[in-house]
Amino acid sequence: MQLTVWTYEGPPHVGAMRVATGMERLHYVLHAPQGDTYADLLFTMIERRNQRPPVTYTTFQARDLGQDTAELFRHTAIEAYERFKPQALLVGSSCTAELIQDDPGGLSQTLGLPVPAIPLELPSYSRKENWGASETFYQLVRSLAGNAEARPADEAASRRPRCNLLGPTALGFRHRDDIQEITQLLDSLGIDVHVTAPMGSTPADIARLGEADFNVVLYPEIAQTAAKWLERTFKQPYTRVIPIGVGATREFIQEVAGIAQVDPGPALENAQSRLPWYSRSVDSNYLTGKRVFIFGDATHAVAAARVATEEFGFKVVGLGTYSREFAREVREAAKLYDVTPLITDDYLEVEAQVAELQPELVLGTQMERHISKRLGVGCAVISAPVHVQDFPARYAPQMGFGGANVLFDTWVHPLMMGLEEHLLGMFREDFEFHAEAAPSHLGGTGTTERRVAAAPAEVQPEAVTTDAAPEPAQDGEPVWSADAEKELRKIPFFVRGKARRNTERFAKEKGLHEISIDTLYDAKAHFGR
Amino acid sequence: MTVPVQPSSSAGPEQTVDFNIIRERGPHAVFCGLTSIIWLHRKIQDAFFLVVGSRTCAHLMQSAAGVMIFAEPRFGTALIEERDLAGLADANEELDRVVARLLERRPDIRMLFLVGSCPSEVIKLDLERAASRLSQQHMPQVRVLNYTGSGIETTFTQGEDTCLAALVPELPRETDADPASLLVVGSLADIVEDQFTRLFAEMGIHDVRYLPARRSDQLPAVGPNTRYILAQPFLNEAARALEGLGATRLSAPFPLGVEGTTGWLRAAADAFGVDPALFDKVTAPGIERARRGLSHIAEELKGKRIFLFPDSQLEIPLARFLHREAGMELVEVGTPYLHRQHLAEELAMLPKDTCLSEGQHLDKQLDRCREAHPDVVVCGLGLANPLEAEGMTTKWSIELVFTPIQGYDQAADLAELFARPLMRRAKLRV
Ligand code: SF4
Ligand code: SF4
Repeated sequence: MQLTVWTYEGPPHVGAMRVATGMERLHYVLHAPQGDTYADLLFTMIERRNQRPPVTYTTFQARDLGQDTAELFRHTAIEAYERFKPQALLVGSSCTAELIQDDPGGLSQTLGLPVPAIPLELPSYSRKENWGASETFYQLVRSLAGNAEARPADEAASRRPRCNLLGPTALGFRHRDDIQEITQLLDSLGIDVHVTAPMGSTPADIARLGEADFNVVLYPEIAQTAAKWLERTFKQPYTRVIPIGVGATREFIQEVAGIAQVDPGPALENAQSRLPWYSRSVDSNYLTGKRVFIFGDATHAVAAARVATEEFGFKVVGLGTYSREFAREVREAAKLYDVTPLITDDYLEVEAQVAELQPELVLGTQMERHISKRLGVGCAVISAPVHVQDFPARYAPQMGFGGANVLFDTWVHPLMMGLEEHLLGMFREDFEFHAEAAPSHLGGTGTTERRVAAAPAEVQPEAVTTDAAPEPAQDGEPVWSADAEKELRKIPFFVRGKARRNTERFAKEKGLHEISIDTLYDAKAHFGR
Repeated sequence: MTVPVQPSSSAGPEQTVDFNIIRERGPHAVFCGLTSIIWLHRKIQDAFFLVVGSRTCAHLMQSAAGVMIFAEPRFGTALIEERDLAGLADANEELDRVVARLLERRPDIRMLFLVGSCPSEVIKLDLERAASRLSQQHMPQVRVLNYTGSGIETTFTQGEDTCLAALVPELPRETDADPASLLVVGSLADIVEDQFTRLFAEMGIHDVRYLPARRSDQLPAVGPNTRYILAQPFLNEAARALEGLGATRLSAPFPLGVEGTTGWLRAAADAFGVDPALFDKVTAPGIERARRGLSHIAEELKGKRIFLFPDSQLEIPLARFLHREAGMELVEVGTPYLHRQHLAEELAMLPKDTCLSEGQHLDKQLDRCREAHPDVVVCGLGLANPLEAEGMTTKWSIELVFTPIQGYDQAADLAELFARPLMRRAKLRV
């Protein structure tokens, strides 16, 4: 038993959901109690998807347990098939259903459905989300992609080389934009993308994976197992270089050109990244040797460490991952930077290390964003798990030359903020540079309150006293009674400023000298909404 | 373990209304009772909620909490791992170890709830015994209690019900000899609690107690002279436990909107013999303010059709408020459970032809909703954006349990929660 507060990864069936939700014409029947439906909101709220994930939960209850939960499963699966008419079904258990051992996989084979029902065995008590996504994708590919013999004879000579793009899923960090960036890059090499999967593909597309010449693995955490199977089955080589950063993108071009036997020259020459020049520009001098702590999934963490060192001139002071499955890659990389790798999924351990190392910049997940806010360190997000703001409206890939531009902007931004804060410190007493002033690039106002929001709730009472302190009486200004002042403090901080201003305005208009609790509420009623 | 049972007899004689109730089973889209920890831990300020569950439970808490503004929140999960499944004896030892470590880290904690989950219940990990064992170890410093928040037993707000029911045996006892006291049951925002306390005081009711209390050492005393009044409609088990101690329920509507708040206050006032003239005098300013506040907003809502998916059990009081005070038309009012007795006053105020639904078959309910194409849909976070994308206007139900909505001075806020999405849709030109 392990005590956990925040987790980097959800259970493995959430990984399966990421695969299913990224795809089309696929449906997932999950044997699970009602509360597990919370997972829908990850997709509809965090990723802002405009459709429900294609998942039907059996939602068994305690009173079903003595009876026939297996029957409930069969019934639900048939109903889901009839309603959604998918090309294939995924079936499996969540953590609770795993314990009641109804064997959805076995049951699904007896339903007589006209489409494949692919059983998933995802051990919830030992595995996690990324593993679940990887296993699900692998099972889909194995069940649907068929075998080499069934393929038509090759017509490769008469067409451009083509590859599959493997790994992007729903809820992935910038997967949407990486696909676009890498597809363009491959096109500039004269290579077609045959199928992108899981994201955007249908089960029928999965069945066509074997028709490509090779595979590009964008996210090994999700696609490596499937790529290995495809390599064995269809003799499709797959790429190892992850094109994050200018250097790695160049290597990726070389690697792909080698596999596809095309000329990398034009693509390399056309490399449109501003990062190299921006990084050499004299104003970037201050970036030199900035101490950076890096944590994320292994692929993004390792890539970030290289970019930070070679392309920003930072110093990596810590490197780690929450994915034990890929710990080896991170250990290898850590040797390059002479740091002790941190392999853990305990967020408190990560926090302790950040506090101890005192980096100037943290490159991490949304968890590290919170750690950094608390410790007052700048942070940029480089890896899942992510939150709603990590799905920006603009095009913001991480991969390829376009991705390198994005890295430059997003990693430098928090450091500039640091610089401004330093100036604020120097001019603390200046009327424009007081401690509550917002960094100018964050625009006008609001930052003070956001800082309060970010402050640990346990210390909030202190954090908010500044704006709750009794106001000195000025001529003609109404005075807050102690009770009303106390009442005001109970109003959520994010509307408190407005409540205070409105009440004072109201009291003044009414010619009141003292603001009582009643004044507060009268003002509230007066201003309505 | 018991599934909350519906009382077979319905409330007062005149209040029996035969509604057309759709009763459904099937796929749901609701949270489990664990979710209520998110507001309970803010309310009981020296308590820690330790879920004994799986990674799914931990992930649910994290996702539902959404904003991780809490440095180290007073909740967490003891993750059941593979080896805990192998031997329950070891699982108990492991639990003891986790609790010891936790309490060492958090010396500020005075009350620890072990919260049962589906996995802990399916493997029959006896948290009641664990709680009494751990209580012995950690008293007097920390009291250890347990309740279930599992999805196989509880839906969303029912987690508060089972939590409060677990608190009841811990309440100090009073006897026949003690004077009558008023106990408000169900968590309310502090600001709302204070408003009610003031109103009661003005009526001359000074001994008003609240369950849950803000601190575990301020638990309200209960005895045969306790009159309790529910502030939330989902407190079936807690009510039963209180009655076990001799307390009597004051039946009342729920304090949403002017009517609900007045009816709720009046139930208490009547029980304590408050002079009607005084009652009117005390409530008049609040009523007047609420009406003024509502008058702006009701315009926006009037005649609009609303569909409520089942979620918090607040749906029926909400529907009553929206219909009677904001002029909305009720298309369908869903609720996870319909507790006829506690909701008798509410049901009596609903139009007789209201379409109620209890339980859920998500897909069928979505079909009905699409067909009716209401102006506003109240639903969970998983459904909101997809329905918006289909052209419907939605209000997330979870906001209703996090926002202060009870009482006179929140009546306009409550209406505004529903008006805002409509106004926004009308405003956008993209
Ligand atoms: S439904 Fe059960 S397994 Fe799922 S999160 Fe709730 S308690 Fe945990
Ligand atoms: S503060 Fe940011 S990262 Fe944290 S929960 Fe909110 S949106 Fe997500």
